[in-house]
Amino acid sequence: MPQGIVTVAYIGATILFILALGGLSNQETARRGNYYGMTGMAIALLATIFGIVTDNYVLLLVALAIGGTIGLLVARRVQMTQMPELVAILHSLVGLAAVCVGFVNFGDPSVHFTGVEKTIHDVETYLGILIGAVTFSGSVIAFGKLSGRIGGNPMLLPARHWLNLGLLIGAIWFGAEFVQQSAAGGGFWPLVFMTLIALAFGVHMVMAIGGADMPVVVSMLNSYSGWAAAATGFMLSNDLLIVTGALVGSSGAILSYIMCRAMNRKFLNVIAGGFGTGGGGMAAAGEGEEGEVNPISPEDTAALLDDAKEVMIVPGYGMAVAQAQHIVYELTRILREKGVNVRFGIHPVAGRMPGHMNVLLAEAKVPYDIVFEMDEVNDDFPDVDVSIVIGANDIVNPSAQEVPDSPIAGMPVLEVWKGKTTIVLKRSMATGYAGVQNPLFFKENTRMLFGDARESLDAVLKAL
Amino acid sequence: MKIGVPRETWPGEKRVASTPDVVGQLVELGFSVQVESGAGSDADFADDAYSEAGASIVENAHELWKTSDIVLKVRPPDGEEVELLQEGQTLVSFLWPAQNEDLVSRLAEKKVTALAMDSIPRISRAQKMDALSSMANIAGYRAVIEAAQHFGRFFTGQITAAGKIPPAKVLVIGAGVAGLSAIGAARGMGAIVRSFDTRPEVKEQVESMDAEFLMLDFEEEGSGEGGYAKVMSEEFIKAEMALFAEQAKDVDIIITTALIPGKPAPKLITAEMVESMKPGSVVVDLASEQGGNCELTEPNEVVEQHGVTIIGYTDLPSRLAAQSSQLYGTNLRHLLTDMTPEKDGNVVVDFDDEVVRGATVVKEGEITWPPPAPKISAAPPPKADAEPPPPPVEEKKPSVWGPVILFGVGALAMLGLGAVAPPSFMQHFTVFVLACFVGYMVIWNVTPSLHTPLMSVTNAISSIIIIGALLQISSPVGWIAWMAGFTVLITAVNIAGGFAVTQRMLQMFRK
Repeated sequence: MPQGIVTVAYIGATILFILALGGLSNQETARRGNYYGMTGMAIALLATIFGIVTDNYVLLLVALAIGGTIGLLVARRVQMTQMPELVAILHSLVGLAAVCVGFVNFGDPSVHFTGVEKTIHDVETYLGILIGAVTFSGSVIAFGKLSGRIGGNPMLLPARHWLNLGLLIGAIWFGAEFVQQSAAGGGFWPLVFMTLIALAFGVHMVMAIGGADMPVVVSMLNSYSGWAAAATGFMLSNDLLIVTGALVGSSGAILSYIMCRAMNRKFLNVIAGGFGTGGGGMAAAGEGEEGEVNPISPEDTAALLDDAKEVMIVPGYGMAVAQAQHIVYELTRILREKGVNVRFGIHPVAGRMPGHMNVLLAEAKVPYDIVFEMDEVNDDFPDVDVSIVIGANDIVNPSAQEVPDSPIAGMPVLEVWKGKTTIVLKRSMATGYAGVQNPLFFKENTRMLFGDARESLDAVLKAL
Repeated sequence: MKIGVPRETWPGEKRVASTPDVVGQLVELGFSVQVESGAGSDADFADDAYSEAGASIVENAHELWKTSDIVLKVRPPDGEEVELLQEGQTLVSFLWPAQNEDLVSRLAEKKVTALAMDSIPRISRAQKMDALSSMANIAGYRAVIEAAQHFGRFFTGQITAAGKIPPAKVLVIGAGVAGLSAIGAARGMGAIVRSFDTRPEVKEQVESMDAEFLMLDFEEEGSGEGGYAKVMSEEFIKAEMALFAEQAKDVDIIITTALIPGKPAPKLITAEMVESMKPGSVVVDLASEQGGNCELTEPNEVVEQHGVTIIGYTDLPSRLAAQSSQLYGTNLRHLLTDMTPEKDGNVVVDFDDEVVRGATVVKEGEITWPPPAPKISAAPPPKADAEPPPPPVEEKKPSVWGPVILFGVGALAMLGLGAVAPPSFMQHFTVFVLACFVGYMVIWNVTPSLHTPLMSVTNAISSIIIIGALLQISSPVGWIAWMAGFTVLITAVNIAGGFAVTQRMLQMFRK
């Protein structure tokens, strides 16, 4: 196949990828977008296989078949509540692939460059492997944290900022070393050491980040996997890889930015790990706001809901943990049949991944046109009769607005307390991820429904 | 223990410290209750209703005072009543210990325990016992009713066949509990309501009740301890008076509720202001007991000056006796519930309880007033719909230089790169930068609900790195081919898995 046709196919694939991302901008076109993505990938694969690959077809096809089958099986089996960990582990594969491709490229005797081109090529190889390795180890740790195999608490090593700095300097030093030795024909060992440093850095970085910051981490790793692909593209002088990598990279970066904004935190602050480590006002903010909580029984909850006209449901990570989304849908269905206007208010960082809650609600068949973003519903709370907060804490904490020195001050929150009554489903009075006491629980119009979210809602449903 | 509810002796006092409903609840707490015959008659609670609720009716006040362990009253006891108290008894009522030091020392002499309902600390937990708020709420409502009675026009505007009726304009000074209640009542009747308060944080509360909050163009924070107002500076008062003078000419009704704890009420409405009001206007002065906010107020009287009716009633809650007795009785019941942890009808005066400590003026003959300063709670003032507004977040103005420097550094870096890099690299670099921008434009439009599918689809797409492995797989070198094969395998997992799971998710989204 002539090179021109391959290039045309690559252009087609690029366009299809852009259309795929564009298609995902709203619900109506999302499925079409996904088909565009698949088509683009198929075209790119076919063009490469027929146009460039000249040998080892058996190996290629067997690898494709095995990999594809595993992928399909995993995709079919995964629970929707496990989506964050699936996405994380898939990211790690991209990182690993970038490392492999980089090493192979380095070791490939057929690749020859000289002069400045050689230097640039070496730097590209080096960067591709570096980003790939960080993505790989970071994603594996994120996977471990999200699936509960590793504790969710941030692991804060003493002097961790210095450690990070040391790792960075080490990576740069080995980089310089590698370029020098490579020019002389060697350079294998600096490359290996750098890879180890990058792996350690990825592990350390994600270990230091706590559970509720995971949406940022997952989208950041998503971004990295894109940059890894782009760096590989530079290394191989392949525009398709560069474009696709850049698309994915900027997409992940924007998602990270949106997540950070939703928490009113700086990106660097999240990545540097730990919560409130800069402020030190954590303990102070928790005090002074104590009072009496008003518990409520499931029966009374049902009675309240029965009388309500406007109900707002605010889900959080607790709903995912309790797998309560189906029962939430049942409740929604029954209330809607009674003519109650039920809506959902979703905070951007609710859950462990961007859009986590939406996927869970969609799985439970909740129609997406009653699921709203925070900004869409926040002004409506004064008209809401009953708000149900399911396993959420910091995202409904009024002290973000009222206590200027609170660690979460300035974070946009769902203003449930402005409604007539708020019912909070919670297992105990423990504080949320940020370690801040939530004054919402002590408000006069708040009722606490203690217990496992699913069991509590089951009881409410029976009473309805 | 036996609770006694005597008839109030203060002339014109119609309230009673307990209603039949409350009596029922007290009996459930394990108390026995006796009520003086006719105690509730002015508030329309008959003796029969009390006895049905489980109280015994006592004909004689002496007997009631003598045989009760706890006496519940509304007003502070008068001289005769104090004489009837005996050692070991507990008295709960309004006492105003700051103003009635005499009374407090006499109660101490009698070796009784006395709790003042007016001294319950204003903390979130004690809101349900806050009798001052309950009474203020009623006073505010009643103030509007009294004003309406003396006002010669409708409150609400109407256009009728017989002509147009303009709506009444009401100015409420002081947006505490009473003020907010007055705002609510006046708004409910259709008047145009404006309100002023020295505490800027009540602005939102006022606006939440559909009234207009009058702002002074003046920087001074008027919030004192415990959510009450404090004395303001001279300049502030001047600006404030100018505002009132201007408003007085415009509004039909002024309701003043301005009080500063432990101080005489500030004079806010001068005689000239009253004179400048339209004939037929009404001023209701809720602060008249503390000297009045209006210079022309006469306590307990309704006077007409310059054609303006000035109402100085001090017994507004009593004028709504059934309602105020119900609320007051419930406040008392909440206090007793907290003081009866075992629910066995035995009251415990527990000084570790901040609320009980604050309210107790005399304990077994010992004067325990004033209490140590309560911990100030950050809780909002006692109104469900009354949230203090968020403190103004100081917006840091982004420096103009930040982006400029950033662009400068970026441009220099680019130039440096362009100077040394070969053209083939720059070509790829162009593509890269453009692709970043395309990604940026496209992704901004994605709805948040699709973030997860977006991530899984971008993940699948980033497996395009498989092309790199495909370029290498045909290598004659064995290890290269095998390693490339491995890479193909893992990226194939990613491609298939990523697209399939995205598809699965998108199938679930439905209208």
